[in-house]
Amino acid sequence: MSQVILQNVTKRFKSVSALNDVSFELKDGEFYVLLGPTGAGKTTTLRVIAGLEKQNGGSVLFDGQTMDALPPAERDVAFVFQQYSLYPTMSVYDNLAFPLRSPIRKTPEPEIKTRVSAIAEVLRISHLLTRKTAKLSGGEMQRVSIGRAIVRQPRVYLMDEPLSNLDAKLREALRVELAHLQKTQGSTTLFVTHDQIEALTMADRIAVLDHGKIMQIGTPDDIYDRPASTFVAQLVGAPKINLLDASCDDNALSVEHTGLRLPLVELVRDVLLPSRLILGIRPEDVRPATDGPFTGQVGLVEPLGVETLLHLEVGGRMVVSTVPGISALRRGDAVRFNVVRERLHLFDAVTGTRLQR
Amino acid sequence: MATIELRQVEKKFGEVYAVRPMDLTIGDGEFVALLGPSGCGKTTTLRMISGLEAVTGGRIYINGKDVTWLRASERDIAFVFQFFALYPQMTVRQNIAFPLESQGEKRDVVNRQIDEVVKMLDIGHLLNKKPGALSGGDKQRVALARSLVRKPACFLMDEPLGALDAEFREAMRAEIKGLHLAQHATTVYVTHDQVEAMAMGDRIVVMSNAVVQQIGSPAQVYHDPVNLFVANFIGSPGMQLVKGQYGADGAIQLPGGSLYSVPVHWRTALDTKIGRGEIVVGFRPEAAEVDENGPVAGNVFGIDLHGSYVVLHVDLAGDQLVQVRARRDHEYGLDMPIRFGLNADMVRFFDPKTELALHPEASA
Repeated sequence: MSQVILQNVTKRFKSVSALNDVSFELKDGEFYVLLGPTGAGKTTTLRVIAGLEKQNGGSVLFDGQTMDALPPAERDVAFVFQQYSLYPTMSVYDNLAFPLRSPIRKTPEPEIKTRVSAIAEVLRISHLLTRKTAKLSGGEMQRVSIGRAIVRQPRVYLMDEPLSNLDAKLREALRVELAHLQKTQGSTTLFVTHDQIEALTMADRIAVLDHGKIMQIGTPDDIYDRPASTFVAQLVGAPKINLLDASCDDNALSVEHTGLRLPLVELVRDVLLPSRLILGIRPEDVRPATDGPFTGQVGLVEPLGVETLLHLEVGGRMVVSTVPGISALRRGDAVRFNVVRERLHLFDAVTGTRLQR
Repeated sequence: MATIELRQVEKKFGEVYAVRPMDLTIGDGEFVALLGPSGCGKTTTLRMISGLEAVTGGRIYINGKDVTWLRASERDIAFVFQFFALYPQMTVRQNIAFPLESQGEKRDVVNRQIDEVVKMLDIGHLLNKKPGALSGGDKQRVALARSLVRKPACFLMDEPLGALDAEFREAMRAEIKGLHLAQHATTVYVTHDQVEAMAMGDRIVVMSNAVVQQIGSPAQVYHDPVNLFVANFIGSPGMQLVKGQYGADGAIQLPGGSLYSVPVHWRTALDTKIGRGEIVVGFRPEAAEVDENGPVAGNVFGIDLHGSYVVLHVDLAGDQLVQVRARRDHEYGLDMPIRFGLNADMVRFFDPKTELALHPEASA
């Protein structure tokens, strides 16, 4: 497979800027996720790499060679779309064999048979090979779509939200299989999604995109534990991170209206903090504890089974806390809690950028 | 305020049951979620309660009064649909006022009730806008305001959050539940999303194939599902279900050959109900504890970072994957052999023939 580099790619649709100076690098064999909300420019990025869209500036390189002048067919990429693009009148076998039979490749039939059987085995669709694709369930169709993309070994796989049309249970099952497949085959994959769980669970690295700009690039750990901005912090994690207005004096950080006061020595070292900032606390880092220094009142209890979301009213602010299991706390209960000091996030109140390293 | 009672209520279309005879009593102020996959009969049940759909058998009581053959408009209930059923040519204020004005309420009553509901939902700044100019979340707030303004005896909601994106859904979910807690209007809420049902419902009615599978609190349906369907449907992921062979020595042979010794308090039940034969072991990912001396062995097939923890997908043998929750502070690699144990209080057993849950008390 290949290494893929985007260098300062810009794309405009008439006067609207879709991609603004986008640069990143997929290492050979990497599972790379582009994460962002609707309209961030994710699909446009894929289409530029595939050659389906011509960029206005910048370059796309595969293994150091520029692809800019090459038409899509000569770039040798495989695309998996959100909607299944299968030939309904053909059997599953013929659908899988189709890319190998293309006039450019002209693979001999015995080899096609070997390849198709192997892929069908991996994707657990061997029993479906003689069926017409119109007769398949959604999950089966998406398996075949993925199979058709990976039956040949292109330089890079481009996947555009391939799981988002599937129901929750199926999505989860296919997500694991896809990640496993990618790891065992070592294929270079660029996977686009707006679903933060898919990004965190599948990616080697994530590029967060918003309004055509890269906001952060990092491993799932980096993105979750050290979000570069309030935007990224809110994009990953469910329930969402608590963001609280705070102010800072020489000794401590105080969260407005809540009575929460945290000595600076426990928070940062060697960082000069502005007087106004935003404190981010992930819900799992708000921990009810009988000897906790802070107090709140339970506003809402949402038992999800594996954990319970507690909406705590703290001096007029709502702070969400997740606790394991099904909590016995009720609306109106007073609670004491603590926050995990080493996992707090500090952002500039004006720019929203992260203040710690 | 209202109580709702369904006695042997059923709905048949020709020879096909949309809802098989069901009993359900909803207490005053209770929030009940009707949960199930599409086509399970949950919406039909809701429509029968509302009067939009006639029953083909059984009786429905609201506040003890038989309303089985009363029209929807005579039942004093409000219906919130999934769709934003707002009048596009009217302003938000006119939309909200509409149900009151069509009942012939006086101007000052209308104004007072609008003020109240507008304050509660924090939509004062939207009053002069047309629905077309609103975001999805705001539209849904206005739709909610319009049904709240009448102060109905009960609310019937049909997937009101279904059309919203994930982010709004989470916020609106808390908002609707907050409103319910403030107003205590009896609420029946239809959803296919088990997270919503768990988070919002005082009780959950799990339906599948026109049949009520289980009625219980979130804790009951999560920890003590009555059958394999509920076990798999509730939770994200569902309960991990592994088929094994129960032997006379009180141990279950799992795929891959691991021997799992059944907790002592289950043995009599399993001996009587299963004897020697096939059994399904059920556990939640958080009931598994990674432990190098644990009885269950497999290989790591996938590793999911979930922010504060990781989920390991463990391949027991061939096609049998189970999910195991683990702490983040340990490094796991693909194909790494792993062992885990199961929390004795959280493991469950099912009879694969009947698909029903077994009970440790069954021995008594």
